[in-house]
Formats: sequence, structure tokens, C-alpha cells
Amino acid sequence: MHALGAIYRRELSAYFQTPLAYVFLAVFAFAAPAFAFHVGRFFDTNRADLAPLFDYMPWLLVILMPALAMRAWAEERDRGTLEFLMALPIPLWASAGGKFLAAWSMAALALALTFPMWIAVNYLGEPDNAAIATGYLGTWLLAGAYLAVGQALSATTANQVVAFVLGAGAAFLLTMAGLPFVLSVLGANAPAAVSEFVAGLSALDHYNAFRHGVIGLADLVYFLGLIALCLVIAGVLVSERRGGGR
Amino acid sequence: MLVADHLTKDFGAHRAVEDVSFTLERGEVLGFLGPNGAGKTTTMRMLAGGLEPDAGKASIAGHDSVADRLEAQSRLGYLPEGAPAYPSMTPRDFVAFGLRARGFSGAALKRATEHALERASLGDYARQPIGTLSKGYKRRAALAAAIAHDPPVLILDEPTDGLDPNQKDGVRRLIREMAPDKAIIISTHILEEVPAVCSRAIVIARGRLLFDGSPRELVELTPDRQLDAAFRQLTTADAEAAA
Repeated sequence: MHALGAIYRRELSAYFQTPLAYVFLAVFAFAAPAFAFHVGRFFDTNRADLAPLFDYMPWLLVILMPALAMRAWAEERDRGTLEFLMALPIPLWASAGGKFLAAWSMAALALALTFPMWIAVNYLGEPDNAAIATGYLGTWLLAGAYLAVGQALSATTANQVVAFVLGAGAAFLLTMAGLPFVLSVLGANAPAAVSEFVAGLSALDHYNAFRHGVIGLADLVYFLGLIALCLVIAGVLVSERRGGGR
Repeated sequence: MLVADHLTKDFGAHRAVEDVSFTLERGEVLGFLGPNGAGKTTTMRMLAGGLEPDAGKASIAGHDSVADRLEAQSRLGYLPEGAPAYPSMTPRDFVAFGLRARGFSGAALKRATEHALERASLGDYARQPIGTLSKGYKRRAALAAAIAHDPPVLILDEPTDGLDPNQKDGVRRLIREMAPDKAIIISTHILEEVPAVCSRAIVIARGRLLFDGSPRELVELTPDRQLDAAFRQLTTADAEAAA
């Protein structure tokens, strides 16, 4: 555990030692309400809830989470520090886990910056706070899934821009898979089993359950399973490097 | 303390290291010599557990570098090629990070950090981000991280590369100080380093071990008793034999 703690601590402080954390948090704090107010028409709906915020959150996360995840392994490879990290007597799960938890903490901090909106709806009306809390939990899990996917893809390259593009592309596909028009195209051209399978993969479907205030076991398993799978993939990709092109 | 047992490594069709074997005991300082691309770094990475050999074995203090990697690495201090370090961290944070990952905490962590920074003569630069330091201080920061946990085995890949003469002297003095109770390998292509710090020398070229003996035996290979002449004779004879 001390190894996991050491990696977590280093990664989290690395975000704040560079402008990355501040830029990320500022963009998130600005963009999330901007989406909710302008695109989601927060005031026009005349309802005291955060639906306008949660509606657009997946699309914001598709861009911002890969930006947070891209450096995870690509930067270590680019700077040669992976050699230092691999010479430490620590298991790979501790490195992968520490990196993920640090990024996930950053996502939690960014989400916390939207709490003034939560306070505002309580001031303006009487929202279902339990449903809003569930919505936040779902958003955090969705962010975690995108981060884990992004970090696994970051292990495939030494170039952070490539890692970002791969991560954003994967997050986009994961989100798109559940959209009605994708499923209707699939439904018309592919067997029902295929479109059901694709719909089941969709992060958006599982996220929507949380958005409606429901914590389903299947949805929890989906997000936590996806995160675990991606961390294992990242670990395997990094340990492959010990093989040195075998 | 350290064993390389018939180590072999291929990168694609290129054989980087071929059947390299040697052992190193406590108190020995081994100078690992060879032309660029000879396989020095590849051999050291295999010893350090950062690269798995295709054939053969490496072990540190009796622990296999692959099968028992964590035990082997906990007894090893390794300065990788180019002395990589995180540029946004200060040397103090960098050394402390390595120690924390090795399980140090509290007073022991603080003591080991300060001792390593002092041994590597970082002075006030210990508080500046590594990215703002000169090459020499950056290398000392990485060196401090390699020696901080006081390991019985040290593998230092070109520890004096890019240092000015005074800094080189400082690093050599540090290695001599640590030598009596450790097994140390340093790779270098600065031949003057060998008689200055090493008790033993190995020459490799094209992945193969060409010479293993004392620095004195190495100079005696040529009639004029010059180290660089001996080095050239060994490595060029090998290149001609291969051609």
C-alpha cells in the first residue's frame, strides 16, 4: 500500500506543479455551467433540478478526461522516467492504481466546482437532492471510465497528443454507442443481438440510469468493471515493455 | 552479490547482448567499458529488472531479477542511462518519492533524504525544480535517488557523463567512499575513470564480453601500457573479426 500511496501522492502533486491542474479546473468550472445555462437552458426549464448540467456532462467529459489522462504513461516514456519507475521495487498494479486514483481525485475536485449550481437550485426551489447526488455519483463514475480508458491508451505511445486523440476517440465511441440514431442504423442493418450488445457497451446508457436517480447494480458493475479492465490493460501494456520487443 | 549468468537479448533481428556472464562481490567496483552501442545499457537494464533477458539469468543478492523482481530491486540502486528525473519535482521531493515507494516514512524518510542529498552535494539546489537545474545537478539528483536507500548493490549507467571536471571528481570520490561495503557497476566510455575508481574492468563490444580482469591486466595487453590503446586493440580486433 505504501507504493500505491507514494505514486498517488506524486501524481497528484505533479498535476499542481504544472499549470495543468489549474487550467483543467478553470476550464471545467467555466464550461460545465456554460453548457447548462446556454445549451441546457437552465433557467428556461423552470424546474429546480440539475438536469441541464448532467445532460451535457458526458460530452464535456469526452474532451476533458482524456486531457487529464494523456500524460499518465506517455509522459513517463517520453522523459525516460519510466525506466526509473520500473526499477522501483513496486508492483505494476500500484503504479497503475496510483496514477488512476490521482486523476480520479482531480475529476472529483472538478465536479465539486459545480456545487454552487446545486446550492443555487436549492435556493430557487425544492429539488430532489438524493437524485442530484446520484447524478453526481454517475458523473464521477463516467469520468473514471473515461480516465481509465485514456490512461490505458496513454500506455501505447510516448506522445501525449497521440494519447489524447486516442483517448478522446475511444471515449466518444463509448458514448456514441448508446445514441438512438446509432442503434437505429444498427437495428436496420445488423442482427438484434449485435445492436443489443453495442447498446450494452454504451457508457451513456449506464450513465442515464444514475441521472434519473437510480443506482443499479448492473450500472455500478459496468463502470467499476470497465475501470478495472482498463487498469489491467495499462499494466499489461507497461509490463510488455520489460519484454523489449520480444 | 550480483550475478549475470549467460545473459542474451535480441531486439528484433539485432542481437544486443550475447551470452554475457560475470559475478560481482561486495567491495568491488566494476568498470563496464565498451564502444557506443556495445550492449552496456542493455546488460544493465537486464540486471536492474527493467528488461527481461531472452536467455540467461540475472540476480541481485541471490534474488532473480525476473522471477523475484521486487526482492531483487529492493536491494538495488539504479541510475538509468541519461539520469531521468521528473522536471517539475525538486531533488528533495524526487529522492523522497523513491524512498516512500520503498516503504520509508517519518523520521527514517527525512534522515535518508537529507543524507542522500548531502552525499550527492546538491546543496541549495535541492529545493529547485529539477527542470531548472544544469545537467550536472540533474544527474546528481538522479544519483541521490539511486543511493538514498543505502542498497548493497549499485548499477550506475554513465554517472559522470556531462559533468565538469570538479563534478566528476566529486562523483568518483562518492563512489570510492561507498565502495567498501557495496558491489558497484559503473558504465563509462571515459577510460581515465577506470584506474581512478574501479577495482575491475569488463570490456564488451557487439554484445559480447571481450575482457574481464583488473585495470592493471587491461593496460598490460599492449606493450606501451596505455589504457586507450588496449581498449582500441580489443574492440577493433573484434570488429575486424566480425567483418
